[in-house]
Amino acid sequence: MTSLEEVRRRAEADAESRGYKLNPDLSFLNDLLEGLKTNEERYGYPSCPCRYATGIFELDKDIICPCDYRDIDVEEFGACYCGLFVSKEVYEGKKKLQPVPERRPGKLIERALSGRITPEYPQEVKKEERITEVVGGMKLWYCKQCGYVVFREEPPYICPICKAKREFFAEIYLSVSAKG
Amino acid sequence: MKIQKVPGNNKKHKVFVYALSTCAWCKKTKQFLKDKDVEYEYVDVDLLSKEDLEKVKNEITSRGAPLQFPLIIIDDKVMITGFREDKINGALA
Repeated sequence: MTSLEEVRRRAEADAESRGYKLNPDLSFLNDLLEGLKTNEERYGYPSCPCRYATGIFELDKDIICPCDYRDIDVEEFGACYCGLFVSKEVYEGKKKLQPVPERRPGKLIERALSGRITPEYPQEVKKEERITEVVGGMKLWYCKQCGYVVFREEPPYICPICKAKREFFAEIYLSVSAKG
Repeated sequence: MKIQKVPGNNKKHKVFVYALSTCAWCKKTKQFLKDKDVEYEYVDVDLLSKEDLEKVKNEITSRGAPLQFPLIIIDDKVMITGFREDKINGALA
């Protein structure tokens, strides 16, 4: 079982590596860390405490903390959606923390709350199909700036490695030869 | 469905909160209502069964509200998404 301190250390290390801070409101921060811990115990991964998660990795992966939307939200609003990560300005009280509007696409939230996997998201994908077939609109994308590769329906808003914008992502096309 | 009722002396408005048990903003909202002694009901959506979840999802979408939490519904007509203190205060005035 992950301890609360472990969850805290992980968040601290992640914030530091990005130049962010954790929420300065200690009781609020504690609630968020508790929420992450609960979700990790419940689902096996620390999904965002402020979003509904299904427990199905394929449906929740964009909201596993740090979520796909964090960097762009911290940049725009000074905090991520749940408020765990904040900018230096918010941390120092120069900017007030406001509820951050949800950036996660509505269709993903709707799908999660439907509580079922649609045919486009098969739970089990046969191993040999993984490489050669595109699963439910999933594509491989690479960052033309640093080479980071991600397997998603859409490229990320910002490259998590080098911070390049979405426009820097290009699709990777695979072909498989039948020859040995 | 497990709907929790939080008693309060201020019963002027009918207040209902769709929340997540893990969500810190939801907790803030609940505490805010409690501090104002407002009587309210809430449901923690992440703790519901599949059937109840489907019900809640339909309830929320039929109101035209986004599927986000907390969702505060006041007198069955005012819908506030997120812990927006000024909006909640305004609707409770």
